[in-house]
Amino acid sequence: MVPVSYYVALSAILFSIGTLGVLIRRNAIVIFMSVELMLNSANLLFVAFSRLYDLEGQIFVFFVMTVAAAEVAVGLAMIVAVFRNKRSIDIDQISSMKG
Amino acid sequence: MFTPEMILAILPEISLLVLVGVILVVDLSISKERKGILAWLTVGGLALTFVLTFLLSRPGDETELWGGMIRHDWLAYIFNLVFLFGAGITALFAIGWEQVGKRGEFYILLLTSTLGMSLMSAAGDLIMLFLAIETASIPLYVLAGFMTKDEKSPEAGFKYLLFGAMTTAVMLYGFTLLYGFSGGETNIYELAANIQAGELPVLVSLGTLLLVLVGFGFKVSMVPFHFWAPDVYEGAPTPVAGFLSTASKAAGFAVMIRFLLVIFPAANIPQWVIVIGVISVLSMALGNTLALAQKNIKRLLAYSSIAHAGYVLMGVAAAAHTSLGVTSVVYYLIVYLVTSLAAFGVVAIVWHTTGSDDVSAYDGLSRRSPMLAVAMLVAFLSLAGVPPFGGFIAKVLVIASAVDADLIWLAVLGVLNAIIGLYYYLIVLKHVYLFRSDEDETPIKVARPHAVALTICIISIIILGVVLAPWFEWTSFAADAIF
Repeated sequence: MVPVSYYVALSAILFSIGTLGVLIRRNAIVIFMSVELMLNSANLLFVAFSRLYDLEGQIFVFFVMTVAAAEVAVGLAMIVAVFRNKRSIDIDQISSMKG
Repeated sequence: MFTPEMILAILPEISLLVLVGVILVVDLSISKERKGILAWLTVGGLALTFVLTFLLSRPGDETELWGGMIRHDWLAYIFNLVFLFGAGITALFAIGWEQVGKRGEFYILLLTSTLGMSLMSAAGDLIMLFLAIETASIPLYVLAGFMTKDEKSPEAGFKYLLFGAMTTAVMLYGFTLLYGFSGGETNIYELAANIQAGELPVLVSLGTLLLVLVGFGFKVSMVPFHFWAPDVYEGAPTPVAGFLSTASKAAGFAVMIRFLLVIFPAANIPQWVIVIGVISVLSMALGNTLALAQKNIKRLLAYSSIAHAGYVLMGVAAAAHTSLGVTSVVYYLIVYLVTSLAAFGVVAIVWHTTGSDDVSAYDGLSRRSPMLAVAMLVAFLSLAGVPPFGGFIAKVLVIASAVDADLIWLAVLGVLNAIIGLYYYLIVLKHVYLFRSDEDETPIKVARPHAVALTICIISIIILGVVLAPWFEWTSFAADAIF
């Protein structure tokens, strides 16, 4: 059996990549993919811990996946709405409000 | 086994869900001209839910129901009433708004979000908590970007969503760590017992706490997770901005105090009191100073809302050592609910006539509509914390709780900030009462539903500031119910 610490390390790496992606990338869709990476790193950790303890972690993962799907659906719709107004999904362009 | 108490505990949620179904069906079956009826259906349904919850759902001792998913206690009960009230007033202010109030989706999203908030305040399990937070947040993303033809609204919704999605992901990572460290528990209360027995290193638990705090901090718009607030408030439809700054913030605080006090009691990890205290000071200082320079009234209210999050955080920090802390937090949030809703209501009404959110659009308001000017005076003075309005009592309570918890430095900085705050609220009132505009002769029309909503808010502000005892007693029940 692979020790849990390996999964914890992998999940921490995935989480960091996701966070960096959100902070550094300028394309809205890539940012969304990075958020998904962050959510999935949490899922991985849940499943890894769940193997040590009980099934509640795996149940949690199902709910997280459902919620993530809902969030992405709303997010993509919102990107389309913004794109219709601005003709761009570069988040540096999306800055008509300042102050 | 099913008991009547299980149903009564989730009565507001059931009733909101039924209401959503009714509105969905009615929306499909009526003609376009008669869509106005949907708003009244929503308001009526929410009023009924409010009364039913108030009368039937009152908790006795704290109980955990539905397999530990729901905790039925005074904290959840009071916050449920707060959310229902906020949603009802928001729906009233949306009436007559062509792009917003005549579409069924608006009310459905509003009610779904309220449903999520109700569950947030009652959640006793990490799974429930996560689902509740998302149920409250996702409809709010859509509501903020609701006016798709508008230039600013979709941008507001988009920014809100990006921030929300990222902070929730960080919070979820914190949840996984809690699950792991507690040896596979998701129930908040059992998890707390396990973590305390396991004697985690302080740094590890503090790190986990900070991860979780990112998610809550976003909901309550505290520094440094406040960046979304001004843009989203400016772009979102005004009633939605009011809802965001009151009910959504209250929901965030409801979760935050339960989480901090139960899972990270100050006896084990006293460091978080300092962390919250510093965040509180930063929120107050940043909110108040940036509000000084604002020309747009919705942005001004957004920065004021960040500052108010700071005042409430004073109570949260104090709650670690004194039960007056939670009492003051709940009292503050109730007062802030009615006050901020009134302020955003006035902004919405003025926008209908002038089409502008600039502070200069308020020149001569006292001549164009004396009653509206009085409502604005009451709301802004209450925000500033002037007696005899609710805002004064609320500020006294949070500052008293900080003193009670030996956080004198925090109390002093809170008072200093309240003085800065007074300045920019008075500047807006100067525009309302002293300045004149070329349009002094054209009155501002106030539609009847808006007048009703505003009257309810103003009366509540005065009652909360004058009659203290019953509300104080209820909020102290909430403080006792956490453990």
